[in-house]
Amino acid sequence: MTPPAETAPIFEEAAKREYEYGFITDIDSEFAPKGLNEDIVRFISGKKGEPEWLLEWRLTAYRHWLTMQEPKWAFVNYPNIDFQDAYYYAAPKNDENKPQSLDEVDPKLLETYEKLGIPLAEQAVLAGVAVDAVFDSVSVATTFKEKLTDAGVVFCPISEAVQTHPELVKKYLGTVIPYTDNFYASLNSAVFSDGTFVYVPKGVRCPMELSTYFRINAANTGQFERTLIVADEGSYVSYLEGCTAPMRDENQLHAAVVELIALGDAEIKYSTVQNWYPGDEEGKGGIYNFVTKRGVCRGNNSKISWTQVETGSAVTWKYPSCVLEGDNSVGEFYSVAITNNYQQADTGTKMIHVGKNTKSTIISKGISAGKGQNTYRGLVKALAGADQARNFTQCDSLLIGNECGAHTVPYIEVSNPATQVEHEATTSKISEDQLFYCQQRGLNAEEAVSLIVNGFCKEVLKELPMEFAVEAQKLLGVTLEGSVG
Amino acid sequence: MTLLSVKDLHVSVDGKQILNGINLEIGEGEIHAVMGPNGSGKSTLSYVLSGREGYTVTKGEILFKGENVLEMEPNERAGAGIYLAFQYPVEIPGVSNLTFLKTAVNAVRNARGQEELDAINFLKYAREKGQILEMKDELLKRPVNVGFSGGEKKRNEIFQMAMLEPTLAILDETDSGLDIDALRIVSEGVNKLRSTERSMIVITHYQRLLDHIVPDFVHVLAQGKFVAEGGKELALELEKDGYAKFGIEDGAPQAA
Ligand SMILES: Nc1ncnc2c1ncn2[C@@H]1O[C@H](COP(=O)(O)OP(=O)(O)OP(=O)(O)O)[C@@H](O)[C@H]1O
Ligand SMILES: [Mg+2]
Repeated sequence: MTPPAETAPIFEEAAKREYEYGFITDIDSEFAPKGLNEDIVRFISGKKGEPEWLLEWRLTAYRHWLTMQEPKWAFVNYPNIDFQDAYYYAAPKNDENKPQSLDEVDPKLLETYEKLGIPLAEQAVLAGVAVDAVFDSVSVATTFKEKLTDAGVVFCPISEAVQTHPELVKKYLGTVIPYTDNFYASLNSAVFSDGTFVYVPKGVRCPMELSTYFRINAANTGQFERTLIVADEGSYVSYLEGCTAPMRDENQLHAAVVELIALGDAEIKYSTVQNWYPGDEEGKGGIYNFVTKRGVCRGNNSKISWTQVETGSAVTWKYPSCVLEGDNSVGEFYSVAITNNYQQADTGTKMIHVGKNTKSTIISKGISAGKGQNTYRGLVKALAGADQARNFTQCDSLLIGNECGAHTVPYIEVSNPATQVEHEATTSKISEDQLFYCQQRGLNAEEAVSLIVNGFCKEVLKELPMEFAVEAQKLLGVTLEGSVG
Repeated sequence: MTLLSVKDLHVSVDGKQILNGINLEIGEGEIHAVMGPNGSGKSTLSYVLSGREGYTVTKGEILFKGENVLEMEPNERAGAGIYLAFQYPVEIPGVSNLTFLKTAVNAVRNARGQEELDAINFLKYAREKGQILEMKDELLKRPVNVGFSGGEKKRNEIFQMAMLEPTLAILDETDSGLDIDALRIVSEGVNKLRSTERSMIVITHYQRLLDHIVPDFVHVLAQGKFVAEGGKELALELEKDGYAKFGIEDGAPQAA
């Protein structure tokens, strides 16, 4: 029996454990050999039975990646990653390796679920308990699936979409984030393992938050996830990635790519609650999260809204962006990023105004505690044709303690004189006055910090789907545990 | 019975001696007024009683219900029944007054071994107490003290006091900033909260508050010491003659 869910054994440990499998080139095997080369890319593509065009695309991306350098401009520090010292394909672990019931799961993890108020069945899924040991969740998932099919919504793993809707995947994949985009996006294009595909047909309002479904299904996220969401004309979809609960995760490096496409009058609302293992109190272990997320408002009057609550990972490098091509299109970015202990986050957004009368809003709340470092990095760009473009940016930082840091790096590039850009930034500390006031009313120090932090983040939290907002609030409290006296 | 017993209390802040031997006995249900010039140490006394960090007790003791308060965290003291209505109430952006109070009420209920209130019962309870202070609904929904007028903040402090049902309430200049009507409403509210199980320390500069909230005892604080003590007539004397009678010049604190 494997030990109960360690939140995330680090990359190397996983590598060591799996070394016994050695080099295997057999297409039926569970693991690709260590390292990265064209054969590995072919192996991954072959495992998934992909069509020739996709293999070619992966190979081109791989060859391009070889010419690139790892970016170093972000305000984060981490040891060099040896990309040859990693496995790029591992089939999902079979149930034998998983804990068979909640009794076998790390009590500390369960305690956190308890604090977040997560129902038992979902706790089991999240903790990676073997699926057949989890009552109900499968049938619930099936009901959701039927409802979606009735509405004509395609919602499936991207590997499945490649088989069932190749024309859609081929039409849109890589059109928002080309394989040349950046180091991690190129790597992802070459080796992406799996991910999610969503297509909402013309005029359809997706009948449910895709979060509801997702949460029940997505216990395991891949290392190189690839997500593609297309909202056809006049459609609407709300999607929630991730979970408020800490995920059992075996990979140290995550390099995901998310592409959103909103056609005319369509709206996509994309929410993320990222709560991967941040490393221990000394900063050991923890996940490196290098993500490329971008949406394009391709049609007139379309809208893309990103909401993120980033509480996990040791290092976060992430800039969900909007390209506002269509006239009157709207881009929004609401973000809470929290760093405690030795966590580092360099996150923000890019709003590229191309069409006329385009509008963007950026609300960023950074919270640093312990020795955490939090950087907001944002670009607002208006091209020459973007008449009457407007942006409003508000960046607030909150510091808890004296050893953490907050940094704000706004870039503004405006080529159209009729552009309006407003930027407001504040940095504050949780004041001793506020803490004492709360404590005098009966709250202990941790409850006081959690309450004050939740107030600080309110404008962002209210953008989350209801049921997750409540959990996200609790999560902020859990994340900051031990950050005060 | 004695609720609070302060003996020979000496307190320093940032190395500066501020309280120099306070003695104070408060019985159940009693109201004690504390008066004294600016800077004499009134707020300091309220902070030490409620456990604010940075106030070092260099000598003396504080017993509340017979227990050594100095070993308790501020929230434990709140749970035990000590409430401070702040001279300068603090703003907490983004947290609604109701959310704040629900957390607070349930925290002290927990500490007192009572059941937590669910959302519905809490709202009922808040409405009920809100009526005593004639609190506008809108103020309950707004973030704690943010954008409240001076008078609204003070009223909110007494509303919170009503919600948290302390056994010892310290009102630090609750009357300052209140207009005539608000002064009446707030002091009537305080009077409604008077009971044989609730004692109060009322810090004020003015007799007009004590016209409404009639104290059992009056203490005059100067340079960190009580220099005169008596019944409610002492406040009237002060009002008439000023502090000079007690050897305090112009009401200003003198260098130690
Ligand atoms: N952190 C500090 N460092 C130095 N001196 C301090 C500090 N805090 C308070 N004091 C001093 O302690 C003295 C007493 O202050 P306190 O606030 O208790 O007065 P008070 O009687 O409440 O006055 P007021 O009537 O103006 O409210 C003042 O002289 C004040 O300047
Ligand atoms: Mg004072």
